[in-house]
Amino acid sequence: MNIQLAEIVKSFGTLRANDGVSLSVAAGTIHGLLGENGAGKTTLMKVLSGYQPCDSGTIRVDGREVSFDSPEEAIAAGIGMLHQDPMDVPALSVLENFDLGRDGHQILNRRRARSELARHCRRFGFELDPDALVGSLTVGERQQLEMVRLLALGVRTIILDEPTTGISAPQKALLFETLRELAQEGLSLIFVSHKLDDVEQLCSRATVLRSGRVSGEAEAPFDADKLVSLMFGQCLSEVGRSDIAPGEPVLALDGVSVRSHRLQISDIDLTVRAGEVVGLAGLEGSGQRMLMQACAGLVHAHRGKVALDGADLTRAAYHRYLDAGVAYVPAARLEEGMVGGLTIREHVALAQEPTGLMVRWTEAETQAQGRIASYRVVGRPETYVASLSGGNQQRLLLALLPDHLKLLILEHPTRGLDIESTRWVWNRLHARRQEGTALLYTSTDLDELVAHSDRIVVFSGGQMSAPVAAADITCEALGYLIGGKGYEA
Amino acid sequence: MRRERLTKIGYGLAPVLLTLVLACVILLLAGANPLRALGELFLGVFESGRKVADIAAAMVPLLLCASGMLITFAAGLWNIGVEGQMIAGALMTTWVVRSVEAPAALLLPLTILAGMLGGALWGLLIGALRTYGRINEIFAGLGLNYLGAALTNYLIFGPWKPPDGATMSGTEPFPQAAWMPTIGSTRASWLGILLAIGGIVVVYILLRDSYWGLKLKAIGLNDRSAHRLGIDTRGNMLLAFMACGLLAGLAGSLRTTAVYHRLIPSISGGIGYLSQLVVLLSGLRAQIVPLVVFFFSAVQVASPRLELRMGLDSSIGGVLQSAMVLFFLLVRGFRRRIQAEQEVAE
Repeated sequence: MNIQLAEIVKSFGTLRANDGVSLSVAAGTIHGLLGENGAGKTTLMKVLSGYQPCDSGTIRVDGREVSFDSPEEAIAAGIGMLHQDPMDVPALSVLENFDLGRDGHQILNRRRARSELARHCRRFGFELDPDALVGSLTVGERQQLEMVRLLALGVRTIILDEPTTGISAPQKALLFETLRELAQEGLSLIFVSHKLDDVEQLCSRATVLRSGRVSGEAEAPFDADKLVSLMFGQCLSEVGRSDIAPGEPVLALDGVSVRSHRLQISDIDLTVRAGEVVGLAGLEGSGQRMLMQACAGLVHAHRGKVALDGADLTRAAYHRYLDAGVAYVPAARLEEGMVGGLTIREHVALAQEPTGLMVRWTEAETQAQGRIASYRVVGRPETYVASLSGGNQQRLLLALLPDHLKLLILEHPTRGLDIESTRWVWNRLHARRQEGTALLYTSTDLDELVAHSDRIVVFSGGQMSAPVAAADITCEALGYLIGGKGYEA
Repeated sequence: MRRERLTKIGYGLAPVLLTLVLACVILLLAGANPLRALGELFLGVFESGRKVADIAAAMVPLLLCASGMLITFAAGLWNIGVEGQMIAGALMTTWVVRSVEAPAALLLPLTILAGMLGGALWGLLIGALRTYGRINEIFAGLGLNYLGAALTNYLIFGPWKPPDGATMSGTEPFPQAAWMPTIGSTRASWLGILLAIGGIVVVYILLRDSYWGLKLKAIGLNDRSAHRLGIDTRGNMLLAFMACGLLAGLAGSLRTTAVYHRLIPSISGGIGYLSQLVVLLSGLRAQIVPLVVFFFSAVQVASPRLELRMGLDSSIGGVLQSAMVLFFLLVRGFRRRIQAEQEVAE
């Protein structure tokens, strides 16, 4: 299926998210769509897949002009989109989700759906339990389900929005294999990403967007430097780890065991010293998050001891940890981190040390302006947090952290951020460690783990490896460890 | 700019006009002349100084309950238990009046405090059921409303029954010392009016400028994030229920000391439910609440005149109030839809 987008314009208020974008994708190819956060990639793809109409411009499918008023219409025309945040229904089972949105029958034919699901999964080597609840799947599995669902609906063009974010290395390898196979069958694939490596590996052609316009196109084999300059307008060099001598132990875990209904971590011993950065590696759902939550009092160990600065806080409530100088930065920014319906100024006010009954609004205003400026948040004090872009939400989340923390815990601190923002975030975090803050973080990006950690521990099915010095390990070796090979548990 | 303003005014007037049209249709169906009926209704409001005082008296409990409801709504809570909180205030007040013999200067402040305390404790109970018992506050509040009504009846027909036998007209009248002083010979109590005005002003400032108000807002919008931001979500929810209960309990207390001068079976009189409509109609904005309360009270005071003069059922007033709320919500939903479509079109 040949897709041609011509002169697409789409504005949100005063912001021109797409400013005359043209793009053509040939049948049987994987086309990369590159750009930093906020370049307009997702907007363009939502226009193509019927999620939102464009203000002007034309869409042609196999030479015929079309317009979609809803995703259903786009799917009927053969175009489906895999979203960055899966748009499935977590409370339903895999089978029920698979069956959603299929026309032509009022009564669900479960047996037929089940065999169809099994057939598609077999074909691509996906292992999806039809009866599992979608909410219990990993991001990678949800993506597989969504892909199978779209294929069963008969789509001939699949748009994948940042599909490698949050999935494991084996899941990614399987995804790439599947995509190549689909391209050989004549499907058109649009691969939206800000990761150069992924595009280099997979795509035959790439279009780069910058600030809502096409800044250039390139053919495989790609010149990485050229792509970077098309994306950012300048070449970047990686920031390295600043080597400082760690200080006194801040966090001490002694035989800590935590369990939930899905997972158990047992007998964890770990000491983190002031100014030290410890990276938690592993497939998602292997126990890293649980351990970090136990270090902030968000879950409680049923055995063992959690001590901060020598004080036993094992059974203490979350606010005691906050008082002790611990901060926790979640990955789900608007679900667990900030309140989308409050403004930046209101968030700053909430973070103030209350001196009386009343909020000091003028002070909050000044502080909000200061933090917006020094953390380079694109927004104003009266901007609602929900209307900030993901990268700006992350900056704001860091901007709202108190000064002089003892321990800073972060889930995927740079997930979904472009290279520039990632560098900036790490600069800030390294500045924190210079002050003596201990850092504990998870990441699925092996390069990031090796580049920024002092020590790395690897989780696999609730087991934690002995810490390894990051200086002594390569990404390849780390990959093996994450796969569960080559270390003594 | 001018066009925008006109649109805004249009959207504001639309619910009123729609309500009037509906009222006319209903009145025609009832065989009355709609113009005359509406005229009577309007005249009923400004008939005499006495009527104005009646409206003021009717506004007091409604304004107090609506003020309280603003607090719980800010925290994202549907406090349908306002009725029960009013009842609890009335019961506590009656208990104080029955057990304390004191001059008015001492007794009246005591009744006020007792009413506030009763309502606050009732609110605390709803809040505890919600935060510790994990019962949705709507069910907890509603269940307790019925319990409150049953408790009132039990007391009136049991321990607190008058010596000459229990009737639906309630307990014995309170002694004069427990009567709220009124303005002249009207039914309006100046102390009640002052308390109600004080209540709405305090709530307005609290929600706009206090840390507590900001915390409640954060909890109401996303209690998970609020907890992560270090806000004690449980404690603040309990406090919100108690603050609302305090104001509603005061309203209940004033119903006994300023209006009926005794405890009657349905002492809350549906005002708790009505205050919910008031707050919804005001769009959760404290500054609009007094206006809506005035409108509701005026209709309520004026509608008996329809019955008197035209032989219409006075429940037409209630129909008007409810229709207004429905049309307001309808017009707002319609407006949002239009705006969403316009944004897409731009």
